[in-house]
Amino acid sequence: MAELGQISLYLVTAAMTAYLIATIAFAIDFSRLAADRPSRVSRTADARELVSAGVADAPVVAARPVADAPLPPVRRAAAIGQSTFTAAVVLLIAGVVTRGFAAGRVPWANMYEFTTVSVVVASLVFLAIQRKRDVRFLGTFISLFALLALFLALAVLYTDPTAVQPALQSYWLVIHVAIATSGMGVFAVAATVSGLQLAKDRAIGRGTQGRILSSLPTSADLERLAFRINSVGFVLWTFVLISGAIWAEHAWGRYWGWDAKEVWSFVIWVVYAAYLHARSTRGWEGRRAAWFSVAGFASILVNYYVVNLFVNSLHSYSGV
Amino acid sequence: MSAGYRPEGLVSGDDPEKPDGVDDGSADTAAPTAQTSTPGPVGFGPVAWLRWTWRQLTSMRVALLLLLLLAVVALPGTFFPQRPQDPARVAQYYVDNPSLAPVLERFGLFDVFASPWFSAVYLLLFLSLVGCIVPRSLDHIKALRRPPPAAPSRFTRFPVRDAFASPVGRDEAVATATTALQGYRLRRTDGADGAVTTLSAERGYSRETGNIVFHLALVGLLIAVGYGTFVHYRGQVIVVEGDTFANSQMQYDSFESGPWFDEGGLEPFRMRLDGFTSRFDEVSGMAADFRAEVTVTEPGGDERPETIRVNHPLRTGGASVYLMGNGFAPDVTVTDAGGNVAFSGPVPFVIVDQATYDSRGVIKVPDTQVGDQIGLSGVFLPTAVVDPASDTAFSISPEPNEPLLVLDVWFGNLGLDDGVPQNVYQLDTQAMQQVRAPGSDGEGAPVRVVVAPGQTVDLPDGLGTITFNDLPRYVGLDLRYDPTLPWVLTFALLALAGLSASLFLPRRRVFVRIGQDDGGRTVVTAAALARGDDPGLERELTRVLEPLRPAVGKTDQDRMNQETGQAPDRQQDEGARRG
Repeated sequence: MAELGQISLYLVTAAMTAYLIATIAFAIDFSRLAADRPSRVSRTADARELVSAGVADAPVVAARPVADAPLPPVRRAAAIGQSTFTAAVVLLIAGVVTRGFAAGRVPWANMYEFTTVSVVVASLVFLAIQRKRDVRFLGTFISLFALLALFLALAVLYTDPTAVQPALQSYWLVIHVAIATSGMGVFAVAATVSGLQLAKDRAIGRGTQGRILSSLPTSADLERLAFRINSVGFVLWTFVLISGAIWAEHAWGRYWGWDAKEVWSFVIWVVYAAYLHARSTRGWEGRRAAWFSVAGFASILVNYYVVNLFVNSLHSYSGV
Repeated sequence: MSAGYRPEGLVSGDDPEKPDGVDDGSADTAAPTAQTSTPGPVGFGPVAWLRWTWRQLTSMRVALLLLLLLAVVALPGTFFPQRPQDPARVAQYYVDNPSLAPVLERFGLFDVFASPWFSAVYLLLFLSLVGCIVPRSLDHIKALRRPPPAAPSRFTRFPVRDAFASPVGRDEAVATATTALQGYRLRRTDGADGAVTTLSAERGYSRETGNIVFHLALVGLLIAVGYGTFVHYRGQVIVVEGDTFANSQMQYDSFESGPWFDEGGLEPFRMRLDGFTSRFDEVSGMAADFRAEVTVTEPGGDERPETIRVNHPLRTGGASVYLMGNGFAPDVTVTDAGGNVAFSGPVPFVIVDQATYDSRGVIKVPDTQVGDQIGLSGVFLPTAVVDPASDTAFSISPEPNEPLLVLDVWFGNLGLDDGVPQNVYQLDTQAMQQVRAPGSDGEGAPVRVVVAPGQTVDLPDGLGTITFNDLPRYVGLDLRYDPTLPWVLTFALLALAGLSASLFLPRRRVFVRIGQDDGGRTVVTAAALARGDDPGLERELTRVLEPLRPAVGKTDQDRMNQETGQAPDRQQDEGARRG
């Protein structure tokens, strides 16, 4: 199966190239967006007159936010970014699948594979949101993130596809690890949005937004978007903890043992719990809550890279 | 957590439109306590102080700080070695940092998760949680038994609202709106003259139910876990192929149990290790499979064969048996200087290198009839390669292809009669002497005994002989009994379900007021309010009002476009056409 493993490598490398093109294309679109975008039209409500009687308040037409002024109709760079990005995801998925066949098991059993799957999930989350609303401003960040993560995976974390040791031979490898990779991908997107929100907030605080930041949605919109992604991530992460505990009970004879990985996963869960609470605590919503979202993802990165590679843990399955 | 919680979506935090005296069940009645940090009550009596402290503790702000603190105090557990997880590394830390280690010990940093400060943080957090969730549950129960709150008199402060003249007749409009609000709890208020009807509707009570279930499940989880530490037991035992283990405390190599555990509670089952097999990947040499074949005898007398594998523990008598380790236990016979058999049996050797199964072990021979007690310490190599140049031997494979025992020989007093418990894998050489080759200046190189299966080799200095009879495998088993496991799992899953409900189920209120203007036209005003973020709120109001709306098709299409932010140009086109 060495050939399949090789093909998988080619596919992942091709995906990286596509991500690189997507990063550049999205970045060009981003800067154009900032240059071309006209100033926002104030939100107006076209009030219609209606004589009212018996109804307490005169019917006023809903002060619904009127759609922003139309964007430049053709965003060619964004379209290129979008299609190369999609191509990158397809290539990467093909790479992941062939890797799975090469190893004869699910393709997320070591850090290299885990990273590729996380990148797939983050990309799919981005594409899924993109279907509902225009978030192409995120494209350049998501593809850059994908590019860096894949580069690190290939340069540092790569191992040949092999079967896994007895401790990993469990259907929980399929469930627990798959959800963990997904959670990581989901949180990555949310943290990107929160990061942009913070950048925007800070610029507004200084009074100079600059072209690029002013082309982003309002920070309140970014905050809501980050929250919706994070709440999905939090539920996934809760399930990661539960399924991990069940698996630990099967494999190690205890469901929770404060192993380094368990400690950090717990810390991540608590940070995101704090994030959810901060959002509904007066004085902490908005910018402070966004910091929690960023801190949560930073903890995830520590849990992934530092704990796996440098800390003595039962979860040392990196294969590096 | 109640304080600071309010129905979101209102334009401002204040809610002037909330009708006086109507509790809207949103549980924000306890809100004012700690939304701004109230200064401590100066000159209050102790009761007031207590009340103030309790309010602070149960406020959202303090809960948030405690959560942050919990994250922070958990971290030292990864920076310093932890005794329950890895006592050997703690011991090593003492060797490496002799001055720092006692200080860390004093502050509990080698056992963070049992330390008073860690416990204090999570207990305070749970206290805060209970103090917050209990009143909130009571509020919610009240809200569940009450109809939705009355509608405010004006809807202008709601960001999601609508108003239009409807072609539908007034009474029919009321009926239609009532139908559209199916699934909502309804309160209908008819104006004094019967001209105006107001519908207050609310749905998604499960959102708050889920939230409460989530928090209560966490409390349940903590209690279950805590109870488990009091009644559990856990023991380790090494069993050699052919041997039988009987579940009694005496049989364990190590055993620990909670303070409430009753020793008589050990289920007296027996288990014989019939065989152990291991498989290694031929290419990578990594372990591929371990299997222990056992025969379990329950107290009733029934025998059944079982297989224990990694990830597949054996469940018996309420306990679980885990395969945690394995190795070789060379079966040897040692005779003393007089030719009497002084020791015979398998001796488990501990694996030092997982890749090659280089193993280390000790054979203690106290029962010599002639001469000193004998101690043999050394290595077992499953596939031995001897390098004559450096006079070293090592193993190249975990499979027993060329088994070899390489042993140093000691004689003297093993120290077993002192009554001090000894490590079976270490030789106490205080009162012993090693056999060495006669060197130029007294002490030469240690004399090593090398013996392969089937061989009998003389020990040096006429101490006796050693015979390598057989090579059985042994397994290291963990037995664990914790009756709270199903409860822990149940509470964890309840928490997950509650969490999902509280995050994803929308809680919505819809107010629809239907009246008539002077011209006899039906006038509809409506507003919607959600708790938390609810991107579907506007769509929901549109759906409810749709049957009442004039010029059905186009208007709605426009609204949908506006909502999704798509096709703005098309919307303009249509607007132009319509105009």
